[in-house]
Amino acid sequence: MFELKFDRAVCEDCTTVDCLVRCQYMDFDVEEAKREIMKLINGEDSVVLHECATCYACEEYCKRGNHPFYLITDLQEKKGIFPAPRPILRQWINLAIPGKKDFPHFPGAKEPVISLCLFPEYIGSIQGKLFEDVSVILGRHFFCQLVYLHFGKPSIIRERLPKIIENIANHGFKEVVFFHDECYSTFTSYANAYGIHVPFKPVHFFEYLYENLKKRESEIEPLNVKVAYQRNCSTRLTPWKEHYLDKIFELIGAERVERKYDRENALCCGGIIRSLQRYDLFVDVQKRNVEDMARANAEYCVFNCPACYSSLAKRVEEKGIKPVMIHELCKLALKRA
Amino acid sequence: MDIYKALVDIVGEEFVSRNEEELYIYSRDSGLTEREKPDFVVMPGSAEEVQKIVLLANKYKIPLIPVGASLTLSGLAVPIRKGIVVDLRRMDRIIEVNRLGRYAVIEPGVTQGKLKAFLERNYPDLCHSMPDAPPSATVVGNILIHGQGNLSQLYGFNSTMVTGLEIVLPTGKICRIGSCSLSPYWFAVEPLPYLAGIFLGWFGTTGIITKLGLRLYPRKRLRDIEVFVLDDPEKVADVVYRITHTEMAEDVITMEQPYPMMFRDVVLVQIYFNGDSEEEIEFKRKMLWNSVMNYIRSRDGGFMFLTPDVQEDFLEKPASSVTRFADVMKGGGFVYCGAIIPVEKFAEALRKLKEIAKRHEITYGHVGRIVGRGHCMMFSFSFPFNRADRASMERAKEALHESYLATLELGGIPWKPELFAQKMILERMDKNAAELMKQIRGLLDPNGIMNPGNWEVEP
Repeated sequence: MFELKFDRAVCEDCTTVDCLVRCQYMDFDVEEAKREIMKLINGEDSVVLHECATCYACEEYCKRGNHPFYLITDLQEKKGIFPAPRPILRQWINLAIPGKKDFPHFPGAKEPVISLCLFPEYIGSIQGKLFEDVSVILGRHFFCQLVYLHFGKPSIIRERLPKIIENIANHGFKEVVFFHDECYSTFTSYANAYGIHVPFKPVHFFEYLYENLKKRESEIEPLNVKVAYQRNCSTRLTPWKEHYLDKIFELIGAERVERKYDRENALCCGGIIRSLQRYDLFVDVQKRNVEDMARANAEYCVFNCPACYSSLAKRVEEKGIKPVMIHELCKLALKRA
Repeated sequence: MDIYKALVDIVGEEFVSRNEEELYIYSRDSGLTEREKPDFVVMPGSAEEVQKIVLLANKYKIPLIPVGASLTLSGLAVPIRKGIVVDLRRMDRIIEVNRLGRYAVIEPGVTQGKLKAFLERNYPDLCHSMPDAPPSATVVGNILIHGQGNLSQLYGFNSTMVTGLEIVLPTGKICRIGSCSLSPYWFAVEPLPYLAGIFLGWFGTTGIITKLGLRLYPRKRLRDIEVFVLDDPEKVADVVYRITHTEMAEDVITMEQPYPMMFRDVVLVQIYFNGDSEEEIEFKRKMLWNSVMNYIRSRDGGFMFLTPDVQEDFLEKPASSVTRFADVMKGGGFVYCGAIIPVEKFAEALRKLKEIAKRHEITYGHVGRIVGRGHCMMFSFSFPFNRADRASMERAKEALHESYLATLELGGIPWKPELFAQKMILERMDKNAAELMKQIRGLLDPNGIMNPGNWEVEP
């Protein structure tokens, strides 16, 4: 089975312990953080295993690429410390089992191809100038499985992922654009951390949008709007592609407002925190996040992840901020041309 | 005697039929009961016309079958001994709404959809207890079969919400029961002797309701839902107890079904609650979460995260997901045994449902509704079938019959039972109670013309 590439010496040498010190949901000074990380690398029980909100951010805070979050989730499973109740986990495990409506193969699908993951409701939005001649694949045979990181059950990812990769590879694609950030992060960060071979090049949706907007730059009429961006958890696994977002915003004339909870300091949308049954934290995080957007005078809240949209759209709307998926905002800039 | 002509004389030619195609429609309901065509169908427009029809039928000893929308699925409105079907849907006036007294007076043809729409438009702070039946189901029909609705967790069976009745007795007399029998107000059937019970749950065998007073309740501005998920059915009764103890829930529904996969191997407890402000909603939500915190901490249960579309589906009233289940086998058919059981029997009932489904190689679904803060619940043993597939219909029928038996074994009572199950109930009932039923019926309907076959106690 696939093993995490984790170098304990990297953590032992670390003096800042940013992975835990910068955590937004647990409060550690450097000394405490060091103590807890040592427990983790020694495979011992730690308060981290019980209190982790599974926001993935420690993967980004660790500038040495040592995968503290993957270590936490592996230990949670090993020790039977499950962040969510059993029946909730059961539902998520069952959710990904293919049914009659799922196709393992999309005959005729050709590049450029966009994998829509498990979001069939977005098929209708993959149209217009930005998506001319694209093929779409979607369904449970292409579901990246990364969500089980939230539930202390990462072995399911490793168990199912090779088959998912095979299903995609069977189409013969050289490159696949992933609509869902979580899929992209699975086939890059997670696969790499566990030595899982991916025989195609994963392309992030941001990159696809940017390249296609660039081609149509002359057709863009700047939106001249102020936007707040809601980062989703898996962007923490692959921060290297985040620059595309700023480039997109620049192209379409969207000003990314300066606010407290953006970029590395972003807050979770709250959806998963609620699923982990931490209702008070969920309310607090959503409140702080949305108030921060409102204080910064954001007109739009831009989402990259459909799950974040489901979780937070109503709250931002209540504050008079328009929720919008990134590609819809891009289409708006083109449509006006 | 030319009965057809006599009926035409009462209601006019337009509202009587003996045409084969129309008789066919009244020969069946959407369940699996064998068809039987009536001799005539008549649609009276007033209590006086109903009275004349009853007098006619009595004189010539012709069976009378009063019907609303014929949606019981258990054949209660099928004219098994032929005769005259009295379709009451023309009598669909909402006669009065007393806002301050929170009651309405309606005719028997008023549908769930009509009353809901009327109240929303004219009395937006009032509502009635709405079952998850199609909007075309009649309010009175649902009450007469002891139906349940979205307010039953709070206030009991819909039949307990009756404030008065006007009935055409089987001998043709028009009789009023409750405050309306001596007052212009229809506020309650109490404190008089409780005569309403002689007409509720009797499936039209003791008279034809021509007016009914119905309790209305406060309708809050906002409505929300939380869904608690468990993987051990044995824990459901305690969860329901804890939730109902908070008195924060409006409606509590249980659900278990093998599809979609996300619902497999878990029981959903849907908790509906309402409020006039966000603050009220959040307060109630907090109370509900706290009530089951022990299960959350032990990791035995938790609240589902609902995406907006799923939440919308759950909040729909009535729930159209019921009709989607009805077509899961394609061919659009489903039957269910609504078992009224103690909540503590939930896990055992679910076990039996799965055993029955497995034995008959049929898929199943379960939806239950808590009645009166856990005093009992309606536990449905539901089986979809394909009308184009005779074998699938047979399997559903056998599974249904077994479910009736299972209900009785659980110490429960089949709700709106078909004839087969009525007999099973009567055989097991206290003999003196069954005899009392027979005496009451004989007293009210000496010629035995009212919906014969139903609730018939063998000599």
